[in-house]
Amino acid sequence: MTITITQPKPVSFAAPVAGLAGAFAGLLVGTAHDNSLLGLVIGFVLTAALAFVWLSVFRKERIARWVTFIASGTMGYLLADAMGAVIGLGFGWLIGWFIFWLGEGRYRAKLPPYTTGQQVFYHFAFRVLCGMIFFFLITPIVVVMPLSFNAQDFFTFTPEMLRLDPAGYSLKHYKDFFTNDDWQQAMWNSISIAPVATLLSVGFGTLAAIGLSDEHVPFRRAIMTILISPMIVPLIISAAGMYFFYSRLGLQGTYWGVVLAHAALGIPFVIITVTATLVGFDRSLTRAAANMGANPLTTFFRVQMPLILPGVISGGLFAFITSFDEVVVVLFVGSAGQKTLPWQMFTGLREQISPTILAVATILVVISIMLLTTVELLRRRSERLRGLTPG
Amino acid sequence: MKLTTTLMASTALTVAAVSAHAQDMADSLTLVSWGGAYQESQMKAYVEPYIADNPGVSVTWDESSAEAVAKLRAMDEAGNLTWDLVDVTAADAMRLCDEGLAMEVDHDEILAPAPDGTSASDDFGDMIVSDCFIPQIAYSYTFGYRNDVAEWNGQVPTEICDVFDLETFPGKRSLEKRPHNNMEWALMCDGVARDEIYDALETEEGRNRALAKLDTIKDEVVWWSSGADTPQLLADKEVVFGSTYNGRLFSLIAEQNQPVEMMWDSQAYDIDGWIIPAGLEDDKLARVLDFLYFATDTQRLADQAKYISYGPARKSSAPLVGEHAELGIDMAPHMPTSPENSVNAFVMNFEWWADYRDDLDAKFQSWLAN
Repeated sequence: MTITITQPKPVSFAAPVAGLAGAFAGLLVGTAHDNSLLGLVIGFVLTAALAFVWLSVFRKERIARWVTFIASGTMGYLLADAMGAVIGLGFGWLIGWFIFWLGEGRYRAKLPPYTTGQQVFYHFAFRVLCGMIFFFLITPIVVVMPLSFNAQDFFTFTPEMLRLDPAGYSLKHYKDFFTNDDWQQAMWNSISIAPVATLLSVGFGTLAAIGLSDEHVPFRRAIMTILISPMIVPLIISAAGMYFFYSRLGLQGTYWGVVLAHAALGIPFVIITVTATLVGFDRSLTRAAANMGANPLTTFFRVQMPLILPGVISGGLFAFITSFDEVVVVLFVGSAGQKTLPWQMFTGLREQISPTILAVATILVVISIMLLTTVELLRRRSERLRGLTPG
Repeated sequence: MKLTTTLMASTALTVAAVSAHAQDMADSLTLVSWGGAYQESQMKAYVEPYIADNPGVSVTWDESSAEAVAKLRAMDEAGNLTWDLVDVTAADAMRLCDEGLAMEVDHDEILAPAPDGTSASDDFGDMIVSDCFIPQIAYSYTFGYRNDVAEWNGQVPTEICDVFDLETFPGKRSLEKRPHNNMEWALMCDGVARDEIYDALETEEGRNRALAKLDTIKDEVVWWSSGADTPQLLADKEVVFGSTYNGRLFSLIAEQNQPVEMMWDSQAYDIDGWIIPAGLEDDKLARVLDFLYFATDTQRLADQAKYISYGPARKSSAPLVGEHAELGIDMAPHMPTSPENSVNAFVMNFEWWADYRDDLDAKFQSWLAN
């Protein structure tokens, strides 16, 4: 949606700015070749010169962008084979677009015509900052994914992988995960522990939150603090305490011991999310329901529960992930028979650095994404059905 | 009629005897080991065959040998023993034995004699370093280096002091994040005679001297804490030179085909074996003893050497060591105990380390932090 008529900008502005972007890319390439400064300078000069040529000498956007795309890809190929070519092509496309975006003044198209230069700058500086934050959050997760297809048994990008040679890739670590008894056992343990722990957390947490939202409960602040303490106390302290306590009860090293421990860790998340949704809950609705002859149980399930359900579900998700990701407490409270996936990954990382861990991590990330997407879609659907948002 | 009765009675007795025998033994076994290629070799050499012979038995592994001492202490305090058989180093076995956390055993009574009738205690010989310790393998801490380092100008390290020679062999090294072996190697390369090393380490002066020698390469050292670290670092070119267990280097070189070579000079021997935690219930103990008798006999220990290049602890196993189970290469030249490899080996004094470990650990860790 264009709201401002764009007009070409002077080259003296566009070329240096494009040069800065090139300098950043040059810095990355230079660092990989042990000379950051040289890379920075070359990147700046090359990109600025390119921008100058395209914008003041040869202003034919379509052709210019294709030339940039292919030239950059070739340069990448010369520097670092097939992988370099892929990165080079990506960079070429981006920088070609960037030069003309700047040169034609298209960056102003979606901003109101009255914005000052400084405001435009802040607008884009903010976007760049946000982009960088996402980059730092996502990169560590993304980088393990290609490594999990490594044909070797190390956490290393081999030369074959960088050349995009199919021989450098394999599914053997995925195969190992699905055929190795240790991993399968760990997966079934995780799958059998997490849902039960979640169910307990959600049940107890929701009830506690509802009870504590009633102003007539004595010492509610103190009780609340105690209930959410597992979230505040360092995990290793809880774990050591649970170890000795559960040992006395004969729960240490049993399935139910781990389930109970994980439920205790999950309850605070449920309490906090449900309490938050209860703030917006109108208590007169329960009185109205009672007035119409519903007993407290019916009131709860037919009136209160549907309204606080989003809080319950997100609390349950947190509780599930707490149990599914937890390694400290299970190392203490569980015995080898309750080895969960995080435990297996932990020992795997320590005793045998195998990319099977990365394959498992990739699978878990994919499952998490699917789970969150499903919940979000369900939530939207139910909101649409209830008429809360226009469908 | 009478015959039938007798037959029936004897059958009943046999059945009763068999089931009584089965009832005596627990049918689950929790083994504690080191994970990785070593645990795999135990699995293949004797755990899988044992399960094949005793189909009802289930085995659970716990890869916790590295913290076995701490965990056994915690289990003892909590009065809740969840392990049945624990694989530990000789020095840890001594500590556990001293603290009463491991069971003392009579080796001749619970272990199989050699095929020629030699008693178990003679067959294991010096390897039995403690009354609680049932030796399995001799391994060594040794060095591996990358053979494609351009800066070395075609030279390769041949002796232990090359680790400290940053001029000829520049590049990062990996050393274990614990004092043992590092201190000895440092003193060795600082001119202390081999038989005086442990005397020197008992004095404050000797300890400082060892650390001063390590100071000369400290900036170039990546410290490892698990056996898998050095192979990963070498494969990744993060280091060019590093110490680890010889079996890990064998698998890096022979099984993973990495451009790495062994440097056997001044390899430090150590022994690894089982201990039975003290206080097992009778049925568990019966199962553990049954398993141990099988898993430590001459053939089984020789079989283990088909999967990993660690020397079997029994003398009678040595001639049976054959070829690698999958690669088909002769394993004998890859054993730390083979004549060529052991030319300049030194035997780590684990008795000394059992006594001094806590002191030196503290000193070493504070040196690391500075």
